Amino acid sequence: MSVTAKNLSREEFFYGHKACPGCGGSLAVRNALKVLGKNAVAVLPAGCMSAVGFNFPQLCFGNNAIISTFAGTASMLTGIEAALRIRGCDFTAVGFAGDGGTADIGIQALSGAIDRGDNIIYICYDNEAYMNTGIQKSGLTPFGAKTTTTPAGENIRGNIRPKKNMFEIAAAHGIPYAATATVGYMTDFLNKVEKASRIKGTKYIHVIAPCPSGWGIPESDTVEVAREIVDCGLWYLAEFYEGEFKVTHTPKEFTSVENYLKKQGRFKHLTAEDIKIIESSRDKKWEKIRKEWV
Amino acid sequence: MKPYLREKSAFSFEEIPEKTCFEAGYLVTKNSGWRRARPVIDKDKCVMCLQCYLYCPDGVISESDNNICIDYDFCKGCGICGKICKAGAIKMEAEV
Amino acid sequence: MASKFLSGNEAFAEGIRLARPQVVAAYPITPQTTVVERLAEMAEDKSLDCEFIHVESEHSALSCAMGASAGGVRTFTATSSQGLLYMAECLYYASGGRFPIVMMNANRSTALPWNIYGDQRDSLSQLDCGWIQVYAGSAQEALDLALMSYRIAEDKNVSLPIMVNLDGFILTHTYEQVDIPTAEQADKFLPEFETDNKFDFDEPKNMAFSAGPEYNYAFKIKHHNAMINSSAVIKKAEGEFYEIFGRKYTGLIEEYKTDDAEYIIITLGSIGGLCFEAADKFREKGIKAGVIRIRYMRPFPREEICAAVKNAKAVGVLEKDISFGNEGTVFTNVNSALQSLDRHIPSYNFIGGLGGKSILPSDIEEIFNKIILGTEGPASTDRINFIGTEVQA
Repeated sequence: MSVTAKNLSREEFFYGHKACPGCGGSLAVRNALKVLGKNAVAVLPAGCMSAVGFNFPQLCFGNNAIISTFAGTASMLTGIEAALRIRGCDFTAVGFAGDGGTADIGIQALSGAIDRGDNIIYICYDNEAYMNTGIQKSGLTPFGAKTTTTPAGENIRGNIRPKKNMFEIAAAHGIPYAATATVGYMTDFLNKVEKASRIKGTKYIHVIAPCPSGWGIPESDTVEVAREIVDCGLWYLAEFYEGEFKVTHTPKEFTSVENYLKKQGRFKHLTAEDIKIIESSRDKKWEKIRKEWV
Repeated sequence: MKPYLREKSAFSFEEIPEKTCFEAGYLVTKNSGWRRARPVIDKDKCVMCLQCYLYCPDGVISESDNNICIDYDFCKGCGICGKICKAGAIKMEAEV
Repeated sequence: MASKFLSGNEAFAEGIRLARPQVVAAYPITPQTTVVERLAEMAEDKSLDCEFIHVESEHSALSCAMGASAGGVRTFTATSSQGLLYMAECLYYASGGRFPIVMMNANRSTALPWNIYGDQRDSLSQLDCGWIQVYAGSAQEALDLALMSYRIAEDKNVSLPIMVNLDGFILTHTYEQVDIPTAEQADKFLPEFETDNKFDFDEPKNMAFSAGPEYNYAFKIKHHNAMINSSAVIKKAEGEFYEIFGRKYTGLIEEYKTDDAEYIIITLGSIGGLCFEAADKFREKGIKAGVIRIRYMRPFPREEICAAVKNAKAVGVLEKDISFGNEGTVFTNVNSALQSLDRHIPSYNFIGGLGGKSILPSDIEEIFNKIILGTEGPASTDRINFIGTEVQA
């Protein structure tokens, strides 16, 4: 039975946290834990969710949870999974790391865990920059985005490099299950989390989670923008399972990339030419998706 | 277990745990002071679709006896629920 | 009890087998490798019932060990030199999290220049990371420390990780006859792992959290107090160890003929044995020479050293380390301890063995000669001496 708003567990596990209003990351963590239930053991590296959730004596996880080193989400999950399995516990080991914690500093440990086939779920909540430290560029910051370390000036218009493709990097390991998602399409995300919980071995889920202050959008627009990124084709909802890629949602017609970009402060400076570059890279990606991932 | 507010919020040296290991879900402060506007439910318009509950980053919206309830102790007033509600049953009212 | 001809690393692995860690996570680095190779074989032939985790770095080795410890099982890892430095962040994390992990470190020089041979700059650079640090003097002591370390680390008044240091190659790869206790003896000495510092499904825990300025200091003071407490726990564990295994250890330091000694070498690690022999040679000449082999650098044996130098006219600190721009770190620590005496004892630093350079018996005799000269004051002996070289500091 698929997960819906109606049948989603009423229990809350991530509550009273100090995330900014409208935080996409906290929305992802909150609902994923509702799917995984009280026996989830959560690992959160240094980053937004650990900073807002674990400041003694305000401890905002109702389940077992721990902060890992920034680079150590996956490796700590490995140790936890081994120990609890040895002790015969009924549990799910799940990590929630941001884009920097996953695609930059944590990629080595993540790769090691996938290589070992450790029975863990690794969820990357991607807000496309180092938000906790004040919006610095990460390996998952998209082309053109203005951050505090990729300022948009006369010489350089924000980040000049495209986003690292973590989903396909995870898949290239031959991982049992990988998926992309967005907090804008919550049930799609939650069903992927639920599916991951039933698969043995390493699972990787990459969920887009807008950050209102980092993206320059109103707090109330997190979900709307997280939908639009899929609707305009700049993000795609897909799965890698049993060695095959599959899209789980195909927009019939893309909404305007320009509209998506221009409502965000971080893209305000982009020229028509920049937007064309972004559109053409989207089209190239989708051409491949439509040909190979059906 | 849902984290909840505890009576004891200050700890002496002796009471501070020896290790960085403590009761899960131990809350000592509310978030209501963050709010500039509060979501208010119009019961007549609400169709109980639960989208506001599903998309609340703080988990403060719940369903009880066919009613939508909001925990104003922890609602930060982001307004996502107001935007998501297709029935137009949630209005953001300025805090005074 | 069986007796076998074993290297320091192999002896340590035998000790670990007896301690029965349930998770071993390690990444290879010379000269640590043979200890984890033996453990992998033990896991394969099931003489050690453990999960052997092939991590992809030292950072992950210790991160994984912390996860396993928080999961409630006994853990082991081992490293050396660059590996120790690569996991440095996790060292502080493991001790702050009060995870009673045991780690073996094969003392090795640090790059640059690259060098795989033994000196103590790796571990001594990490004295402040909040771990108990012990230096083995022999393969037998290494095996015994493998067992004793868990007993000390897991004591509820301690709950701290322990780094057991073995001199690279000189101890890790040198063979000697070693007594191996039986599993029954080991089980009698080391109870099953129990901790309250772990996840709990009946009463869930939030772990390794932040603490702001208001509370942070308390965790640090408690950490410090636990380290201080460990001194008594070490002595108690050694007492029980003696009762079961018949081998005696002497707490934070080992003293050799210090009772009436006027000239004392203070050192650490496997070089101790050569120093004992040199002291005997001087005693044959009627010179009251003695040696203090520091076993534990943390907690630091301030009181023990002060008591042992009661008759000393001068002391020399021999170490395989230098803190550039200052002096050897052991020397700094010893001098700080000597400050609490009510009289001044001239002290000199002898830095040797850097990058694995041999320290010869003749070097140690030279050190004693310089200490003896040094009673006349700093005009006669340099404060810092690079031994076995013509180079002056």
